Amino acid sequence: MYQVGNLVKELTDKHGRARENLMPILQGIVEKHNYLTDEAMVEVAKELEISAAEVYGTASFYSFLDTKVRGKYVIRICKTITCSMKGKAEIIQTLEDMLKIKVGETTSDKMFSLLETNCIGWCHKAPAILINEIPYTELTPEKVVEIIKSYMQK
Amino acid sequence: MVNLNINDQFVSVPEGTTVLAAAQKLKINIPTLCNHPDLCVAGNCRVCVVEQKGARTLIAACATPVSEGMDIHTNTLKVRNARKHIVELLLSEHKSDCTKCYKNTKCELQALANEFAFGDTIFLDIVEDHPYSIDISSPAFIKDDSKCIRCQRCVRTCSELQYISAITVANKGSHQKISSFHDRPMSHVVCTACGQCVTRCPTGALVEKTSIDQVWDAIYDADKHVVVQTAPAVRVALGEDLGYDPGERVTGKMVTALKQLGFDSVLDTDFSADLTIMEEGTELLTRLKKVLVDGDKKTRIPMFTSCSPGWIKFVEHKYPEYLSNLSTCKSPQQMFGALAKTYFAKKRKLDPSKIVSVSVMPCTAKKFEADRPEMRASGYKDIDFVITTRELAVMIKQAGIDFRVLKPSQYDSIMGDSTGAGVIFGATGGVMEAALRTAYEIVTGKEVPFNNLNITPVRGMDGIKEAKIKIEGCTDEWKFLEGVELKVAIAHGLTNANNIMKLVKKGKASYHFIEIMACPGGCIGGGGQPIPTSMEIRENRIKAIYSEDEHMALRKSHENPEIIALYKDFLGKPNSLKAHELLHTHYVEREHY
Amino acid sequence: MENIKGLTKVDLIFEKISPKEVLTKAYSMKSEEIIQQILDSGLKGRGGAGFPTGLKWKYAAAGKDSEKYIVCNADEGEPGTFKDREILDRVSYKVYGGMAIASRAIGAKKGIVYLRGEYRFLLPQLMKELESFHNMIDEIGYDFRIRYCMGSGAYICGEESALFESIQGDRGEPRNKPPYPTTSGVFYKPTSINNVETLVTVVMIIKHGAEKYNLLGTKDSRGSKVFSISGDTPTPGIFELELGMTVQQFVNEFGDGDTKAVQVGGASGFCVPRKKFNETIIGFEGVPTGGSMKLFNSSRSMYNVLHNYLDFFAEESCGQCTPCRVGCQQLLKGVEKVKKGDVKSTYLNELVKLADTMKVASKCGLGQSVGNAFRTIVENFREEIIY
Repeated sequence: MYQVGNLVKELTDKHGRARENLMPILQGIVEKHNYLTDEAMVEVAKELEISAAEVYGTASFYSFLDTKVRGKYVIRICKTITCSMKGKAEIIQTLEDMLKIKVGETTSDKMFSLLETNCIGWCHKAPAILINEIPYTELTPEKVVEIIKSYMQK
Repeated sequence: MVNLNINDQFVSVPEGTTVLAAAQKLKINIPTLCNHPDLCVAGNCRVCVVEQKGARTLIAACATPVSEGMDIHTNTLKVRNARKHIVELLLSEHKSDCTKCYKNTKCELQALANEFAFGDTIFLDIVEDHPYSIDISSPAFIKDDSKCIRCQRCVRTCSELQYISAITVANKGSHQKISSFHDRPMSHVVCTACGQCVTRCPTGALVEKTSIDQVWDAIYDADKHVVVQTAPAVRVALGEDLGYDPGERVTGKMVTALKQLGFDSVLDTDFSADLTIMEEGTELLTRLKKVLVDGDKKTRIPMFTSCSPGWIKFVEHKYPEYLSNLSTCKSPQQMFGALAKTYFAKKRKLDPSKIVSVSVMPCTAKKFEADRPEMRASGYKDIDFVITTRELAVMIKQAGIDFRVLKPSQYDSIMGDSTGAGVIFGATGGVMEAALRTAYEIVTGKEVPFNNLNITPVRGMDGIKEAKIKIEGCTDEWKFLEGVELKVAIAHGLTNANNIMKLVKKGKASYHFIEIMACPGGCIGGGGQPIPTSMEIRENRIKAIYSEDEHMALRKSHENPEIIALYKDFLGKPNSLKAHELLHTHYVEREHY
Repeated sequence: MENIKGLTKVDLIFEKISPKEVLTKAYSMKSEEIIQQILDSGLKGRGGAGFPTGLKWKYAAAGKDSEKYIVCNADEGEPGTFKDREILDRVSYKVYGGMAIASRAIGAKKGIVYLRGEYRFLLPQLMKELESFHNMIDEIGYDFRIRYCMGSGAYICGEESALFESIQGDRGEPRNKPPYPTTSGVFYKPTSINNVETLVTVVMIIKHGAEKYNLLGTKDSRGSKVFSISGDTPTPGIFELELGMTVQQFVNEFGDGDTKAVQVGGASGFCVPRKKFNETIIGFEGVPTGGSMKLFNSSRSMYNVLHNYLDFFAEESCGQCTPCRVGCQQLLKGVEKVKKGDVKSTYLNELVKLADTMKVASKCGLGQSVGNAFRTIVENFREEIIY
């Protein structure tokens, strides 16, 4: 477990302690540590002087502010109809085979999480995924293998 | 003023009035669900949609302010179809096991279904698609998500009225639900068990954890002597669940009903309220002496009252650094509990292991309080079962008693006598007033300088009240208080409690004594009281409390003959060693979240 | 039919200009002049809702509060829409320029760009360009500052009041209206919230003049629009076209020869079947769109399309109001059961009625729009849903 208190203090110093600063603070924690632990949410609640339930209620609304355990690289596969039409199913199959997990799961070494997401805005270059914040488009199973290998080597 | 037409009837209302309120002025009923008079507007259930001429969609009457020339119709075909659909949609995500539900016949969704959705079910059941859970972790209440219609009344209550925000809306879309911090059991978060959410929940999603069956079992057990105590706030509200208007005093009938239910001894929490005044008043004066004369740095002022278990849990979670400011006195319920299996048992020659101690409370937090591990001063669990006012009404109906035709009767002795000071505990400001009536007289030998002992500055529905009393003409023993202006404050509802605590923390609260009740209005607005609740209902109950006080022969706690006997025969004097063992307690720090 | 312009490609949004020139011109204009120009141009919002921009600015300008905001809605989340991403990538200085001009028009000193979390990779570049932009307008004399607020994966935050809630650190739950944003917007201050493309168009209108802009488009749909085209098309991508063409003309240019349906406006838009291509105009007088255009050929199952959209809404609904929260789930489960044969096919009629209720009783545009796709797909492709 990492020392979350320091990170939260850093973020509240940077952004402020008002309710309107909650989103950038939560985003900052997710950026550094992939998801929000209970500990992190309690720290944020203390700094902003709001209840922990409030922090959780707001975080859980947003798909990218995960309160479940996530890996270092969160792969989000677009599941909108165009990506489906252009071969999303094969991409998912490739990823599941490579990472040995199913959609919704995280690898045991906490490196990769595999999730589905809604339209990410690359319909003309479908199928597309996001890995953390980087988009990868015009995917084929071969391309996907290359991309994941490059992440594994990091 | 804004002029508009509703159902072709003209009405003129101030600017900012909602369409719903304007309709109410015309006595036109628009059904609602998420709307509640104590809470801010939500506008999410959409049950109150009505047709506005010229508008593209239907409008929510509760959330739309009137505008000049508005033409509203509340019962067109479009509205009726929409309303029926909305109720049907709510029913489709709601576990409709009404015949087994505690809120059967008292559920607002049921009432709407009766009006708008009888007949064939239109939509598919989607209850089976949701992994609903039931949280029974709290001793005070049960949270059943399968009955939740997501009106968010509970969330608004916990946030606006009670500050705590122990519950929130989580997730979105089909996964949206009312949740605690990361779905933890309610017993493991900052919930104070005040039950304000329970009194505002329209369905059976939030109900108290009942002890009715256990109490019946005890009553039917010939081996047991079942003792029952009744809180002050119960007697002015019980009638509401038995056909009376809010604010009817039904004390005598209540006692008769309890006897007919089969309780062996029907006693009064007001008795131990008087006792609390003796102990707490003495404690206050002792603290003042330590601070003002001895200069004791360890003794803390202001002193806070400690009879509201929701308030106690609040301090334990949010302000644990102020635990030493809380009076060490137990609440009247728990003082009674400690004495029932010691003093009462001894005097009545009963085997304490065979005594079952039941209390009837306007409160859900009292169920939590009775379960606190330290509440075993008698050597047994001091209070075995707590039932709410609502539960008592259920038991009375179960026994087939026609409450209205009962003849009033008196409480049993030796813990059934009380003074007006005891009964006013039920109202916000009541504990303070009772304490002042006694403390002032102890110190000066004279009655409080208020007409007919009615200390009006501490009464009323203002969230935070203040009062000052100049102490003059002290007896020798209390000379150190001569000329001191005793500053007191009263707060009710945890949002107001939090505001006072912020002042205390900043050093801006120069009070000596502060009374805090967790529930708006004090105990009469408690989480165990009849539903519905509103400002008007609470004000009527409070009027009844003070009326009860005025009609009592004795109005000062220290004049209660049973209290005098208790000290003479058993406790010695207030704050004695025995009193400390039985009637005083300590507190614990709890999680901040 | 009148008002048909045919398919014409336009280069307005991405046209290279000197921002300093246009902004200096705008700076010299009075607030009323700017607003009048935009009113005269007939510009309607380019995010999908189509509210007249000039009118919005007029209301916001009328607000008495000294603290006002101009918010850029860059939460492009409608499935099939990706034109704002391209605009931000290529001409962000025009977006900022539009915001600065808006600030002059309504009297705002602060601007906020709400950028969806899925476009976070653009942020470093956008911030850099913002810095130069601030320097430039300081030189001209503007008293205006823009900052960024990031979204975190919630389609509903594209709804104006939900967007404000998100900026304020809350769940993106739409508010009760009235009051409307121009009276009570972000931080409950008078706000004009405009789409990325609308703001760029404003810059071009100020540059070229309202009269020139009026030569494009039709009476009800003035100007041109950037479309994001995907699906069964040999030429997917971003195209700026004059408004006022028919779907047939669109399909002639972008179809693959076998187009059976065009979804105009994304999941919350309308499905136009082949038999209606000729009589349907793409614009506010026909089927409006924020830009999303999806083509489906005869190999596609419209059941899959419908299911995909309903699944999307059931997930992205904020969940607060009954008709939308439960209605979306009922529509989704309903079509599944009809397809499986677990319920009679006539149940679809009940669902259509439900969609109609959602249209009039939902709290916000999301719930109100679910019925658009539902109705048009079920009405025109009933067999594909049932069998």
